[in-house]
Amino acid sequence: MALTSNHKKKYMSKEFKIVVLAKQVPDTRNVGKDAMTPEGTVNRAALPAIFNPEDMNALEQALRIKDKFPGSKVLILTMGPFRAAEIIREGYFRGADGGVLLTDRRFAGADTLATSFAISQAVKKMNPDIIVSGRQAIDGDTAQVGPQVAEKMNIPQITYAEEITGLSDNRITVRRRLERGVEVVSSTLPCLITVHATAAPCRPRNAKCVLKYKYSRTIHEEQDAANAGKYLLSADEKPYLKIQEWTVDDVGGDENCYGFAGSPTKVKKIENIVFKAKEAKKLTGSDADVDSLISELMANHEIG
Amino acid sequence: MNNIIVFIETDGGKLCDVSLELLTKARSLAECLNVDVEALLIGSNISGLVPELYRYGAKVVHVADDPRLEFFRTLPYAAITIELFKEQKPQIALFGASSIGRDLAPRVSSALKSGLTADCTSLDIGDHEDARSGKKYKNLLYQIRPAFGGNIIATIVNPEHRPQMATVREGVMKKEPLEKPADGKIHQIDTAKILIDSDFAVEIIKRDIEEKKINIKGAQIIIDGGYGVGSRENFKLVFDLAKTLGAEVGASRAAVDAGFADNARQVGQTGVTVRPKLIICLGVSGAIQHTAGMDQSKIIIAVNSDPEAPIHKIADYSIIGDLNEVVPRMIASYKKHSK
Repeated sequence: MALTSNHKKKYMSKEFKIVVLAKQVPDTRNVGKDAMTPEGTVNRAALPAIFNPEDMNALEQALRIKDKFPGSKVLILTMGPFRAAEIIREGYFRGADGGVLLTDRRFAGADTLATSFAISQAVKKMNPDIIVSGRQAIDGDTAQVGPQVAEKMNIPQITYAEEITGLSDNRITVRRRLERGVEVVSSTLPCLITVHATAAPCRPRNAKCVLKYKYSRTIHEEQDAANAGKYLLSADEKPYLKIQEWTVDDVGGDENCYGFAGSPTKVKKIENIVFKAKEAKKLTGSDADVDSLISELMANHEIG
Repeated sequence: MNNIIVFIETDGGKLCDVSLELLTKARSLAECLNVDVEALLIGSNISGLVPELYRYGAKVVHVADDPRLEFFRTLPYAAITIELFKEQKPQIALFGASSIGRDLAPRVSSALKSGLTADCTSLDIGDHEDARSGKKYKNLLYQIRPAFGGNIIATIVNPEHRPQMATVREGVMKKEPLEKPADGKIHQIDTAKILIDSDFAVEIIKRDIEEKKINIKGAQIIIDGGYGVGSRENFKLVFDLAKTLGAEVGASRAAVDAGFADNARQVGQTGVTVRPKLIICLGVSGAIQHTAGMDQSKIIIAVNSDPEAPIHKIADYSIIGDLNEVVPRMIASYKKHSK
């Protein structure tokens, strides 16, 4: 971004509060034979839990804002079960400054509408200048939560963002990657941006950040018997080690808008896709095998 | 009232295929439900496109024609759509699952607190009984879509909320104009009454959009390149084989995301669905997200050096070999036998 000397002082002193919406998801991208049941369906429990890939792209865009406007704060907001705190910690390791885990049994069974309601309640409480999230999660694949949160907050949305190319007090400029080209748009702030996989990958873990935040944890993690003896330093002494947990009571709102009750869409049926092996004719890549295949195809007029 | 409304996308002054496909599908849904199909057309100077919408069965075309609406922007398009849906109360609303549809539809569904299912691969009408309350519903829209990275197929319903909204990708449904166009009429939307200054918070600074040149949907022979091809440069092998056989070139999402091939060539759940009589998969692993877009090909030939690659399970001919060696051999062999 070009900064003239006149404006430099004004721009450099601006500090933005950025909330990154992130989700912990099962790694559905490459379901190998280890995660398959003998019947040929996917064994969900066997999939590792990861930071949703496009949310990582979003985190990188947020960290770049912090690079250019030091003093800005990047906060990770995630909704999930207790173990989703892992991705807040991962965010810390990359350079985030804070995080909130939105966790409550009353959120369970939520479709995108109920999820976006819960998240928008939390975001309103955090009051950021900019909200970034990945375009979509690799388990639901809907790309709906981002726009629905923006609607509930009554702020503009920019989807399919590839890069934030400009930022001032009250406007943000974004390059979008569309099906057959690019579009550059600018919006007022606050604004919600969903980031596409073609955006820059997230920077790796920062050693200093890892050292600092290694023992950051939520109340539940601290109390978990499995973690007994892990946390030697009290989080009261080092408050930055506390990862906040918020429940329905913390974010308020009409309880009927949460969870299953707040979900207009219902799953009627789920069918597992079963890999049905076909009787394949097996060949090597040798000259002879390839030649016989090609001549067979030509003889049958499939080609030529 | 209570009809099916299809959101119509335009591109370079023409109606987008996905919208025509959805109008076609909407006709069959409407017949089941005994209601009408309507279209929502937003843009600038678009009235010339209306007759073709009648040809695809729209009985009413709701037109919002305003210079400020020339290119898609979320807020003004959403404001118009929301206002129309509140007034017309459609029972079903369909959108293409394009960058526009996937931006607009969730915004609209959030405002109307209605249910939305993205990227449906199938739509149907049927009954439903709620497991918890025992309440019975008739003639709901079954919204069928893959989930969990494509490893499951889910059927979603919206029993209580309206409209029942769904987005569908291009190429999933087939488009078919009517023999005799519908006896349709225009409903002109008064945009001045709906749009306010804050709807234009987003400004478009620049657009660099190419005209649609590549369309692999109808190709009879497709050479399908996967991540295993390795690079954009090496995709030349894929193109060479395609040229030799008079075929079109497709690619997996992994290959497209890595920049090896153009977006328009992407085959799979999040790309196009193809049904060629012959498809040759080069360096394609065979992940479900990809095979879902091509497994109905008549003959599938897989070239992949990994014998465990799932693609070998759906192939009719399975070549365990290095595509960098096999492809030149295929080309040489073809040329030899062509003489």
